[in-house]
Amino acid sequence: MTEFDAATAAVQAALDAGARYADARVMHRRYESMTARNGDVEELTQDESIGLGVRALVGASWGFYAVPDLSDAAARDAGRRATRTAMASARVPGPPVDLVPVEAVTASWASGCQIDPLGVPLSDKGDLLVDATRTMTEHGADLAEGLYQIWDTAKWFVSSEGHRIDQRIRECGGGISATSIGDGETQRRSWPSYRGQYGTTGWELVESLDLAAHAAQIAEESRALLTAPPCPAGETDLILGGEQLALQIHESVGHAIELDRILGWEAAFAGTSWLDLAQLGSLRYGSELMNITIDPTIPGALGSFGFDDEGYPAVKRDAVRDGRWVGVLAGRDSAAMASLDYGGSVRADGWARLPMVRMTNVGLEPGPHTLEEIIAATDDGVLMDLNRSWSIDDKRLNFQFGCEVGWEIKKGRRGRMLRNPTYTGIGPLFWRSMDMLSSETVSWGTPNCGKGQPGQIGHTGHPAAPARFHNVRVGVSA
Amino acid sequence: MSARSEVELAGQVVELVRRIGGPGAQAEAVVTRADLALTRFANSGIHQNVSESTVGVRLRVHVDGRTAAGGGSVVTTDGLSALVERTLTAARLCPPDPGWPGLTPPMPTPDAPPVDEATAHAEPDQRADRVGAFVAAAGGLSTAGYCRTAHRSSAFANSAGHSAYGRSVEAAMDGIARRDGADGVARRSADRLSDLDGAELGAQAAAKAQAAADPVELPPGHYEVVFEPAAVADLLQNLSFYGFNGKRYAERQSFAEPGVAQFDRAVTLVDDPLGGSGLPFDAEGTGRRALTLVEAGTTRAVAHDRRTAAEAGAESTGHAVAGGATWGPMPRNLRLAGAAAGPASAVGRSTTGAAAGAVVDADTAALVAGVRRGLLVTDLWYTRVLDPKSLVVTGLTRNGVWLIEDGTVVRAVRDLRFTESYPRALGPGAVLGLGARPVRQPERVDGAWWAAPSLRLTSWHFTGGASG
Repeated sequence: MTEFDAATAAVQAALDAGARYADARVMHRRYESMTARNGDVEELTQDESIGLGVRALVGASWGFYAVPDLSDAAARDAGRRATRTAMASARVPGPPVDLVPVEAVTASWASGCQIDPLGVPLSDKGDLLVDATRTMTEHGADLAEGLYQIWDTAKWFVSSEGHRIDQRIRECGGGISATSIGDGETQRRSWPSYRGQYGTTGWELVESLDLAAHAAQIAEESRALLTAPPCPAGETDLILGGEQLALQIHESVGHAIELDRILGWEAAFAGTSWLDLAQLGSLRYGSELMNITIDPTIPGALGSFGFDDEGYPAVKRDAVRDGRWVGVLAGRDSAAMASLDYGGSVRADGWARLPMVRMTNVGLEPGPHTLEEIIAATDDGVLMDLNRSWSIDDKRLNFQFGCEVGWEIKKGRRGRMLRNPTYTGIGPLFWRSMDMLSSETVSWGTPNCGKGQPGQIGHTGHPAAPARFHNVRVGVSA
Repeated sequence: MSARSEVELAGQVVELVRRIGGPGAQAEAVVTRADLALTRFANSGIHQNVSESTVGVRLRVHVDGRTAAGGGSVVTTDGLSALVERTLTAARLCPPDPGWPGLTPPMPTPDAPPVDEATAHAEPDQRADRVGAFVAAAGGLSTAGYCRTAHRSSAFANSAGHSAYGRSVEAAMDGIARRDGADGVARRSADRLSDLDGAELGAQAAAKAQAAADPVELPPGHYEVVFEPAAVADLLQNLSFYGFNGKRYAERQSFAEPGVAQFDRAVTLVDDPLGGSGLPFDAEGTGRRALTLVEAGTTRAVAHDRRTAAEAGAESTGHAVAGGATWGPMPRNLRLAGAAAGPASAVGRSTTGAAAGAVVDADTAALVAGVRRGLLVTDLWYTRVLDPKSLVVTGLTRNGVWLIEDGTVVRAVRDLRFTESYPRALGPGAVLGLGARPVRQPERVDGAWWAAPSLRLTSWHFTGGASG
C-alpha cells in the first residue's frame, strides 16, 4: 500500500459515502530541533509523524477526518467519517460552496537543498550552538540562547478531480540571542532575528548566518542596552530594518489580505479584515513605493512550494501594486464565494489539520535606496530593528510593535542606542507614509504563524528591505 | 485501541530502551491516544468540521550523561524500535547534560476527575446541534465560533519502575454574535458536553452584541476597570507563562518573589489541574496536584518540573511538559479565587438604555455598581509582552467595552489599546472588588483553562484608541 494508494482509498470511500468532492493528503514529516543555553545543549528533540487527512464536501458542507494509519481499512474508514462529519455540518448549513477550477495534474516537486540538514552530524550542530552561546556569556550576556530547527516533509495529494501530486519540502534555520538582566527589566539582542531565520533550503542557510561571528557583538549590545536612554515618546520619522519590516508586512498586510478573514470565516478567533472586497482594485493601501507580491515560487523562501494543499500550482501574483490593493490570498472555495478566479494559498499544518488559507511568500518589492542613503536623508528620527513584541487588532488595523534596539538619527547620522523602542499606528495610514525604501531585500522566514481552530502553525516568507515612514508615534510605554 | 494498550506501549518503549541501550540507559515514555473534534461556524453556518483520532509517543532518554527526546506517531514494533534507536543515537552524539535531574521514582498517582463517557465519544451531530442552538438564540445576528470535545487516554512508564495511567475529557464552546461590526462573546469550558448550553451562550453573546452597537471613541488614559472573566483569563495566562514559570524564575526573568506581598490581598491564585479536565500526572510522571501560587496577595510558589526543581533546591510540582527544558514549566489550570462573600446586585439595574445587555451576571453587576467612572471590559486580545521581568504587556480590548458612570453602564466604547504591567495592575491596593463565582474559560488547546470571576481594578493604562 503506497501513500498514493492510501490517499486514493480515502477519497474513494468519501465519494462512496455520498461526498460530491473529496481530497486527501498523506504527510510524512521528520522534525529536529536543538536549543542551547549558556554553553550547554538544553534540549534535543527528533520527531517523526506520518498520517492521512481526508476532506469531504457534501452539498454545501465540509467534513474532515485524520488518522495516523495508512492501511486500506483505516484510510477507507477515514473517508467515510469525513463524509459523515460533512453531513453533520449540514444541520447548520452555510451558503452554497463552489470550487474555482484547477487543472488536475500528476506532478512531483522538491525544494532546493545543497546540504541535507538532517544529514549534518548532531555533534557539529551542537558545537555550533554551544560555542556561540558560550561566547555570548563570555561577553556579558546573563542568558545566552541558540536554536536550530529542521523540517523534512514529504506529502502525497490525491483529489476526486484527478490530482496526484507528491512534494518534498526541506526547511531549516536557526539563530542566537543574548539577554542581559537588570533591575526590573531585561534587554535582548538577537542574530539574525529572535528564534532565527528560516527558508526552504538545506543547512547551507544556517552556515551562511555565521552565528559565531555575531555572538560577541549582540551580547555586548544587550548589556549596553540596560543603561541606554529610553526611546523618546512622540511623533517622528521612523526607519525600520528589514527584519522588523518583514513582520510589519506579515501582520498588517499578509493577514489582512487573507480571503477567509475578509469573508468572516475567522471572525470569532483570528479576526476579520478591514478590507472590503468591493474596493479590490481601487483602494489605496499605501504609498506608490508599496508593491506587495504573493509569490510561492521564490527559491529558498520559507513560504515556497510547487503546489498548495489543494493541488493549485505555485503562481506569483500582485497583492498591492503602486500602492493600490489588487489581490488576495485565496483558496478554491473562498475564491468562488468571492467571485474571484484563483486560489493557490491553502495549506495544512500536517496531516491532522484541515487545509486553510495561509500566507505563502508575501513581501515587498525592492525600492531605489540603501539603508545608508535613508539614514543620510533623515534629519531627525529613530531607526528600529529586530522584533521583540507584536500586537494588532482583529481587523488588522491598529498595531503596536516593540523592537530589540533603536538608534537615534540626527542630521543624517546614526547616533546613540535607545532601549525599549516601540511604535504604533493604523495600517493604511502607516503604509501611506512610506517615503523611502531600500533595495537590500532579504526573504525573511516566519515559522510560527498561528491561525485556525484547532490551532495550526504556518511557515511563511516575507521579502523585505529597510524603509522610512513619516510622523509615526514612537515610545509608547506602560 | 484499549486503555490497556497505551500502558503496554509505554512499557514496551521503556523495555526497548533497556534492550537496545543497555541497563544504564534511563528512559521515560508517554503514550497518548487523543480523539479531538471541533465544529466551527461562521456567518451562522458550519464551515469547518474536523475530527482526528491519533496516537503519539514521547520518549526521553538519558545515557552516558547525555539527554535527547523524540516522538512519533508510528506505534508498530518496528516504529517504536526506530524511535528508540534514533533517540539513543541522538543522545550519544550530544554534549553532556550536567543538569539531568534523574527519573521520577515510583509514587502513587492521584485520582483524576471522573471521565464523562458521553463527552469522550461525542458525535458530530451533538456538536452541530449545540452550534445550531447558539445560532438560533442569537436572534438573527450573524454568529461565529466553535464547539469542541476532547478525550485523551495517556500512559506513562520509566525505567525507574514508575508507571501511571489516566484519562481526561473536555468540552468547550466559544462564540460571538455580531451587529454592525460590534461583537458580543460567550465562552465556557466544562467537563461534560451536556453542561454546555448553546442557546444560553448564544443569547448571552447576542445581548452583548446588541449592547455594543454604536460605540463612541474615548481618549487614551488611565481608567478604573471592571474586567469580565474572559479578560481576567488573559491576566492569568500571562502571569503563568512569564511569572510563575520555574525556568524563567531561575533565569531571573520572572517578577515572582516567593514570600513577598506582590499582589493585592484580594488575590489568591491556585493552579488546580485536577479541578477539571486534567490528566493526573505530568510529562515526567509526577502526580499533579493543586498548587497555591499566591495566597491573599503574597506570592507562595512557582511551578517546577524536575529540572527546574533541582536547580532551585525544590521538588517538582508536577508541571513538566514536552519541550519543557526550553519553555519551562507553567501552570495551565489557574483559578483566581472568588470573593468569600460575593457582592450581589440585580443585573438589570447596572445598565441603561442602549447598553442593556452589556452585563450578563450578578457578580459583574455588583462590581459595576461601585464604579463612579470607568470601563467595563469583556475580553482582551493579542496581548504580547514588552518586557518579561516587569511583565509589561500591550494588547487590545475585544468583544465589547462600555463606559460606566455612577454605577451604571451608559454606552458602548470603541476598542482601546493598552500597555500595562500586569503585576503592578494587580498590586497591593489595586483590587477594588472580586466576583464570587469563577467562570472557567477554555484555552486554545484542551487540558488548559483559566477560571476567574469578574474583577474591579483601580487603574488600567489605555495607550491608544481605535484611531491610533
